[in-house]
Amino acid sequence: MLTIPSTIPLLGWSWNDLLFLILAGGLLGSALMVVLGRDIIRCGLWMIVCFLFLAGLYVLVGNPLVAGAQVLVYIGAISVLILFAVMLTQSKAGPARLVFHHQAWAAALAAIGLAVVLVIVDGATSWPLAQPDRSATATTDVASKLFGDFVLPFEVVSVLLLAAVIGGVFLAKKDDAPRSDSDI
Amino acid sequence: MSHNLDAYLVLSALLFCIGVFGFLARRNAISMLMCIELMLNAVNLAILAFGAFVPSLHGNAAVIALIVMAVAAGEATVGLAIVIAIYRNRRTPLVDEYAQMRD
Repeated sequence: MLTIPSTIPLLGWSWNDLLFLILAGGLLGSALMVVLGRDIIRCGLWMIVCFLFLAGLYVLVGNPLVAGAQVLVYIGAISVLILFAVMLTQSKAGPARLVFHHQAWAAALAAIGLAVVLVIVDGATSWPLAQPDRSATATTDVASKLFGDFVLPFEVVSVLLLAAVIGGVFLAKKDDAPRSDSDI
Repeated sequence: MSHNLDAYLVLSALLFCIGVFGFLARRNAISMLMCIELMLNAVNLAILAFGAFVPSLHGNAAVIALIVMAVAAGEATVGLAIVIAIYRNRRTPLVDEYAQMRD
């Protein structure tokens, strides 16, 4: 009978720590692949991997419902939408060689500076923590909050989604008057 | 480590900064939208970590994260529609060739 030890042999970490390290490393690695990749289709596929790692992290912080919504909404809907848009706008003669602006070094400096500032602020702040409550958030709890305290944001979000649908259709539909100068 | 709020917050900050770099540095408009999604996800991770470690937020965080997800879906829809509408006129998805929109 094989029993799993409560901590990792030789290292003394808990299994959750190992899981966190794997998920965090995979998350940052796939996010870097999204940002640095040269082929935009592969960037989109790496983004799906990134969202999967994030769903794992959501489970690790005790929110399996949000993790499921992450898989459904982000991987099932948003990633597919983005991949469709990539395929619609990608031309064969598209520039695959220059994916970054010439000022990318300035962007890297700004991002690194922002990261340093955020990490310093995080280290300097003492959060009002009590005993950490890592029990999984119950779905009934989320539902009663969503339709109790948060019912107004819920309704506003439904109106927003309707507006987004109408706006998306309006923006993406073809013009009635044919353009003569730039249509090919 | 997985019992430490700071670890999650630092991870979220790093993910956000990766998104910031990509948003500033990429030329393709759709890549920029992907990086916006990365940033929104980083914020969601921070919200859920706070929800797990701050007892008064337990349960509220999941609702806020779900609302953020819905808003992100709407943002992706409209953003991609705008990109496709511009692409139909300009025939390129590269933002630095949209410079004449400034005039």
